[in-house]
Amino acid sequence: MAQKKFVVGCFDDEKVLFPAVKQVRTAGYKIKDVYTPFPVHGLDHALGMRETSLHTAGFIYGITGTTTAISCISWIFTKDWPLNIGGKPHFALPAWIPIIFELTVLFAAVGMVLTFLYLCQLAPGVKKHHFHKRATDDLFVMVLECTDKTNADDLKALLTSNGAVETDIQVAEEDWWFGTYDNDNENLYKQVSH
Amino acid sequence: MASIKEQFEIPGKLKTWAYALIGIGGVALLYGMFTKGFSNDEHEQVHFWGTLMYNTIFWTLVTNAAMFFLCFSTMAQAAWMQSFRRIAEAISTLVPVFGAITFAVLIYVVVGHKHHIYHWLDAEAVAKDPILKGKVGFLNPTFFIIWTTLAIGLWSYFGYRMRQISREADENPMDLETATKFNIRSMTRSGFFLVWFGLTVASTIPWLWLMSIDAHWYSTMYSWYTFASSFVAGMALIALWVIYVKNKGYLELTNSEHLHDIAKFMFAFSIFWTYLWFSQYMLIWYANIPEETVYFKHRVQGPYKPIFFLNLVVNFLAPLIILMKRSAKRNFTLVAFMAVLILFGHWIDFYQMVMGSLMKEHVTLGWLDFGILGFFVGVLILMVARSLASKPLIAKNHPFLKESIIHQV
Repeated sequence: MAQKKFVVGCFDDEKVLFPAVKQVRTAGYKIKDVYTPFPVHGLDHALGMRETSLHTAGFIYGITGTTTAISCISWIFTKDWPLNIGGKPHFALPAWIPIIFELTVLFAAVGMVLTFLYLCQLAPGVKKHHFHKRATDDLFVMVLECTDKTNADDLKALLTSNGAVETDIQVAEEDWWFGTYDNDNENLYKQVSH
Repeated sequence: MASIKEQFEIPGKLKTWAYALIGIGGVALLYGMFTKGFSNDEHEQVHFWGTLMYNTIFWTLVTNAAMFFLCFSTMAQAAWMQSFRRIAEAISTLVPVFGAITFAVLIYVVVGHKHHIYHWLDAEAVAKDPILKGKVGFLNPTFFIIWTTLAIGLWSYFGYRMRQISREADENPMDLETATKFNIRSMTRSGFFLVWFGLTVASTIPWLWLMSIDAHWYSTMYSWYTFASSFVAGMALIALWVIYVKNKGYLELTNSEHLHDIAKFMFAFSIFWTYLWFSQYMLIWYANIPEETVYFKHRVQGPYKPIFFLNLVVNFLAPLIILMKRSAKRNFTLVAFMAVLILFGHWIDFYQMVMGSLMKEHVTLGWLDFGILGFFVGVLILMVARSLASKPLIAKNHPFLKESIIHQV
């Protein structure tokens, strides 16, 4: 449970947001994230985020599924309980391919969903700090984490000069936590200014 | 768009290659025709006409797949392919040419009564054969000739109509009303092609032209399998031409985003092809009924075994592993390599589909196959290049063009 200080800038237009992202990054600040009401094409690129490794994880889960299916079926049908099914050989690979395929898909799909939820810090009963409620409605909310060297007021001024309609300094919990917003609000974070 | 090069000029080197291929291939074709095709030995005749048949059918279906691609994209109101649609159009102009060769060969086989190729042409054998008797309403020369004529004629005609409407986008900028009408008319015209394509390539034509070589055998998967094979090869051909023309400094508006989507088609339909290949194989393997396994007997256990498995490696494993990564699909060199590999793989697939039934005793792959292949490739290169040079490379007033320029995957 680490509380950190954040500078939050809200924008009401994509056309303003993109140059602002560029300006803020050129000025040397590292943007934590931009929360948007809908997926904005090219924003991840503008933010300089690295490409997700989710597909690599998916590949590994898939291969795990394939291996599990092959080893399981071949052990059952050749060692543990060999059956004569329609005169086919015990090692009847063509008949197993659908099952191998299904298990590959199942492992990859379930594994990727769980990984995705973990990376996005989403799970039942888990809470996260919301920097601005209107991020789910009509505002593009840019969040920057403050370090020891950051002058928060300068940063606020920079955001405003780049078209932010609202700026804010928040001390907030960075990670997710179990609980409810109501009980934890006061304990976990307090709004420094509004 | 002042900097856009609209006019394709055929590079001299390409022409030289095309003429060389046509020359060498033509010699092989004619030599094969006179020594084998018109010889008195039935075996030699079957060898020559079978080889010519699978080549011409393959290239007809592959070039036709380019028009299919245009039509279903138009029907889906897809915009991303507008920046290189003239490439697909140029490839589809080959349908009447290769269609005419296919038509001539098939008519020669049917009218010339080559019952060693199509067993159902032998009226005496059919009369004694209850299975072939049951199929006589479908497998008879009259129906074969009428349906073949209609198929090739209407592919060419509907394709021509699609290319004509695309030319309208060259002339003047369209206002909203004209553009809406243009869009609806394009969709209507593509609809005609798609319906006819479904009735022919995706169902009856592969049964008639290819599956009826094994007159007793049948597989409901066969037409889809043939379609998937020709479509994935068609996408590979489009990719190859896009990369070549772009490499020569044209197609400024086509970039790795568009290539990514073309390569996705190559990747996805390689897997679709495998899905059909396997569905056909596994059901027959599992049921193990002699009437059905007869098709696979000499392919899996006989002399065609290496080709049968090579087919699976080239057309499934290679695309699956090599084209899986995003960066691979955006790499022009790698996609060009995979396009050649896929085209070759599906040519081999057609080879074993036809010759695996006609020449059961031994694999005939040799100078005749590669000679005829060279001839077809030469004609393809020459005529696609000419067709590209005959009109602007970009339909610059197409209502969807802007969406294609900013396309991002």
